[in-house]
Amino acid sequence: MSERAVLAPRAWRPMALLSRNAVLAALVLLILLNIAITPHFVSWETLNVNLTQVTTIIIVAIGMTMVIATGGIDLSVGALMAIAGALAPLIFEGKLFAIPSPMIGVALAYVLPVLAAGAFGWFNGLLVTRYRIQPIIATLVLFIAGRGIGQVMTNGNLQPFRNPPFQMIAMGHIAHVPVQVILMLLIGGAAAWAVRRTVFGRRILAIGGNERAARLAGIPVDRTKRLVYVISGLCSGLAGLIVVAINSSSDANTNGMGMELDAIAAVAVGGTPLMGGRALIVGTILGALIIQIVRYMLLANGVPDSAAMVVKAGLIVLAVALQFQGRRA
Amino acid sequence: MPDAPPLLAMHGINKQFAGIAALVDAEFAVAEGEVHALVGQNGAGKSTLIKILTGYYRRDSGDVTFAGRPFGAASPLASQRAGISTIYQEINLVGFRSVTENICLGRETYRFGLLDWKRMHEEAAALLARFGIEIDVRRPLQDFSTAAQQMVAIARAIGFAARLVIMDEPTSSLSERETQVLLDVIRRLRADGISVVFVSHKLDELYAVCDRVTIMRDGRTVRVAPMAEISKLDLVATMLGRDIGSVARQGATGFGAKGAGAAETLLAVEALAEAPRVRAVDLSVGKGEIVGLSGLLGSGRTETARMLFGVDAPDSGRITLDGRGFTPRAPHDAITAGVGYCTEDRKAEGIVPEMSVRENLTLALLPALARAGVVDEAAQARIVETFITRLGIRCAGPDQPIRQLSGGNQQKVLLARWLCMNPRLLILDEPTRGIDVGAKAEIQALIRELARDGLGVLMISSEIEEIVEGADRAYVMRDGRTVAALDGDALTEQNVMTAMAQGDV
Repeated sequence: MSERAVLAPRAWRPMALLSRNAVLAALVLLILLNIAITPHFVSWETLNVNLTQVTTIIIVAIGMTMVIATGGIDLSVGALMAIAGALAPLIFEGKLFAIPSPMIGVALAYVLPVLAAGAFGWFNGLLVTRYRIQPIIATLVLFIAGRGIGQVMTNGNLQPFRNPPFQMIAMGHIAHVPVQVILMLLIGGAAAWAVRRTVFGRRILAIGGNERAARLAGIPVDRTKRLVYVISGLCSGLAGLIVVAINSSSDANTNGMGMELDAIAAVAVGGTPLMGGRALIVGTILGALIIQIVRYMLLANGVPDSAAMVVKAGLIVLAVALQFQGRRA
Repeated sequence: MPDAPPLLAMHGINKQFAGIAALVDAEFAVAEGEVHALVGQNGAGKSTLIKILTGYYRRDSGDVTFAGRPFGAASPLASQRAGISTIYQEINLVGFRSVTENICLGRETYRFGLLDWKRMHEEAAALLARFGIEIDVRRPLQDFSTAAQQMVAIARAIGFAARLVIMDEPTSSLSERETQVLLDVIRRLRADGISVVFVSHKLDELYAVCDRVTIMRDGRTVRVAPMAEISKLDLVATMLGRDIGSVARQGATGFGAKGAGAAETLLAVEALAEAPRVRAVDLSVGKGEIVGLSGLLGSGRTETARMLFGVDAPDSGRITLDGRGFTPRAPHDAITAGVGYCTEDRKAEGIVPEMSVRENLTLALLPALARAGVVDEAAQARIVETFITRLGIRCAGPDQPIRQLSGGNQQKVLLARWLCMNPRLLILDEPTRGIDVGAKAEIQALIRELARDGLGVLMISSEIEEIVEGADRAYVMRDGRTVAALDGDALTEQNVMTAMAQGDV
């Protein structure tokens, strides 16, 4: 390479800025478009509906972003949501074991299901690292079996419940902001910070960027990967709790159904390369919002859900195509 | 060779990649029923030449005649149909399908519109029998040894009614006995009038089976000779572009004056082995010493380095570091013990291309730069600045992605990755490969400076000049063994080449 090429101005910077802002610009454009054409778009009601629907996707997609950044993928997220969601009512209703007081029951119902989902995530990581199974196949195991486990725990029945302290996680507000939105922002902030500032974050990016080089630089590749799948499991578990809390009932048949695809779509639209090596947490959040608003826009304007799905697919194709364009440039 | 027109004649072949010449007026001719060796260092142009012949690349200019007719294969399939088959180092077959299926893949026999298995099994068995191989052709290919699989690959190639078989380093993963079987097969092919192009770096094999040799260097054909008329030493010297009688010159590389002699031993390796590539390696590196490790491609140098760094596990042998037993199970162990390793393939095993100079430089140091897992970015910036200045890394800044840097500057970043760890031993695998002349001298001077400060360096290099001028002592490897230890006045280009060629000085 010539001297000139080495000292060339930072041509990559505007490019990166553009591709990141492209997602933001698309979101702003969409909102403006909706203000113009969708009736009652500017209302608390609309904001509330959209936020409630998108929070769980974002929480799961944040874990997914980290998995994808290592060059992996996690198909089991929806199934892990179902397991966590099935566990929680069993715990606070004392069906699994005797609980000393309702409040302790609720506390355990927050913690144990999330930990269980994390443990299943660890199992995913074990398959990927110890047995060298491709992530798409390794996580397919729990994608299939996980929902079955959830159904077995509840005998396949819908479990209706009313437990306001537990449902705080979905229904409660702190300073007029829904608790689940606060949780989402906390998780997003923590993840973005971890990716940028911690050793763990850089290891994720190094592994996704060049796994052989990472290994030769002494990075504990297997341990880091397992941890990433655990995080994805924890995020899924929390999302599963939020869903059952919103619904006032737990249904292992539907909880988190199709979530893996929504989460992957959010990551892709957000600009994180599916080959790994980068983790755009903010991009993922914006990506999820874009998908959500497009879907809402189509539904609110009378387009049937089936057609909305086709549009969603088109969005993903567009996002991935733009990524390739960006790489070539 | 008789005067009959050759089976294959390639004349005046030119090929450029992105403006860089890979082949310059290359010449290559193979006679009917001849086993022809094609040799050259990395980047000499052998694979480009073969890929042009097999239709993988298109030549920029030049003529190719095959079987008396002008020839230009548009694709690997077309060249195969024309009678040219290639067998690669890695076996490109389907392990879990039967031997028969692998041999007949793509040219199945049908009967009443259905596969005629009986006939295909018979054909496959008959084909293998020609090479003295009798195996159950109904069993999956992966049940058999590498050598047997290699034979199946050859049988498949011959099955295509090949007139010319190209073998690209077919013996690199075979044991000695398996190699002998392969060489017998080559002799049978020759007896049947089939021509073979044999690419290998193992001189004994070349001399055992080849009739003639074509030597390439820097994209040109530098010599064609009957095998019987060229000595091993002459062949190696021609391949490397050195005169046999050349006098050692000082000052062409950037290493400068050599360090003082006899140093305290830092690393000692005894009888290290990992079959089949490394058979017996004995070497030592002293504190503040640069020790060269030389040898032809495939002699086991890189494999040795990988064992020392804990990437691969040795079958047997003993390593001591600072007098204590050293058995690294992973790179992490070696790094903790104060060992650094700059790999040969910067792109595949060195840089993380999308990451910045800063992140690449501190990749191994990160844990030491962190408090409670959080990177101390101020300390990181200080270290990165220090090394950018000290090594003269030319970049737009620490935030620039490393892939945008030149090869020489990437290499400096990778050197800095280890230097910032304050290592005791640094293993450098081809530290100046693919680097322009200026940066090369800088890196060589840097290595010397580091050694003066007490760092032990084990330097693998294919460039004899670099070894002779840069190293205080040197070992020469041949077929997985350290066959010579050279120091002082004995460390000459002549002696290194003799050891590469013949195994002793």
